[in-house]
Amino acid sequence: MPHDHDHPHPHAHDHDAHAPIVEDAAPGYYEVMETALRELLIGKGLITAAEIRRQIEVLDSRTPALGAKVVARAWTDPAYRARLLEDGRAAVEELGITVYDDTQLIVLENTETVHNLIVCTLCSCYPRPVLGLPPDWYKLKPYRARAVSEPRKVLAEFGTVLPEGVEIRVSDSTSLVRYLVLPRRPEGTEGWSEEALAALVTRDAMIGVVPVTLAQEAA
Amino acid sequence: MSSPPLSPLPALHERPAFAVGDRVRIATRAPIGHYRVPIYVRGREAKVTRIIEPALIDNEEEGYGRNAGGLRGRYYRVAIPLARLWTGYPAARGDELQIEIFETWLERA
Repeated sequence: MPHDHDHPHPHAHDHDAHAPIVEDAAPGYYEVMETALRELLIGKGLITAAEIRRQIEVLDSRTPALGAKVVARAWTDPAYRARLLEDGRAAVEELGITVYDDTQLIVLENTETVHNLIVCTLCSCYPRPVLGLPPDWYKLKPYRARAVSEPRKVLAEFGTVLPEGVEIRVSDSTSLVRYLVLPRRPEGTEGWSEEALAALVTRDAMIGVVPVTLAQEAA
Repeated sequence: MSSPPLSPLPALHERPAFAVGDRVRIATRAPIGHYRVPIYVRGREAKVTRIIEPALIDNEEEGYGRNAGGLRGRYYRVAIPLARLWTGYPAARGDELQIEIFETWLERA
């Protein structure tokens, strides 16, 4: 029985009012299937619960801050940038970022004339080793369908209006190759430290829906 | 006397069938199984922009749910102008799709 909030509160509450946190919906079809499969695999001794927990920790340890570090290094070290564009996987591994899912990584460089955008029209392929889990909108059908058919409208909805003369390259991830967008370094950051630069680089910039900007303007 | 230089020839299947710059067509097929070739590009002409090395998973095995490893499936990055994919898309902008396709789904255009 959830805690009933209708009674007057003599005791102090220092949290905001919210709906009671309960799980009352029956598990869905896929949730039941996942539980059954997981329990079978564990029961048959193929994997252990500890291995699953460990893998969740691996996933949780991957965040856009890793991608931002890669981008900032590429902005400040031309030799690293060249290696990154030549072989993305080897270059991120150089920084200690392991590619645990055995995917290849192609790094797409934005320039004055080319803007890159990434999508997975088939499902939710995403450079998880360097960015962590994808945002929900990345996995939903409107983005997946529209990114390849009307990318300029999609970008405009993120507040990104590309000037005339800039071509869009939409990269659709189908199987074992992942992409990371290398955004343009913003003007006015000459002499900045790698750390200060990395702090500017957001997840959405590395997906390619926004540029990297100096001020945190409302996009 | 020095020995003659060794130059073992790779077998035909060890070499990529297509080169960067080749015009190719993505096959129009709908086989049973899960093939990671989106429907919207099947039948379209494209240009090879990159050969993905190393050769990756065997997609024909994967299509039947057998994630068998056996790194035999070669994979190409190809480009298709968006104006050739979608009716009414302005060609002048030069916008382009880039996508990886398995060798077994490509034919010479």
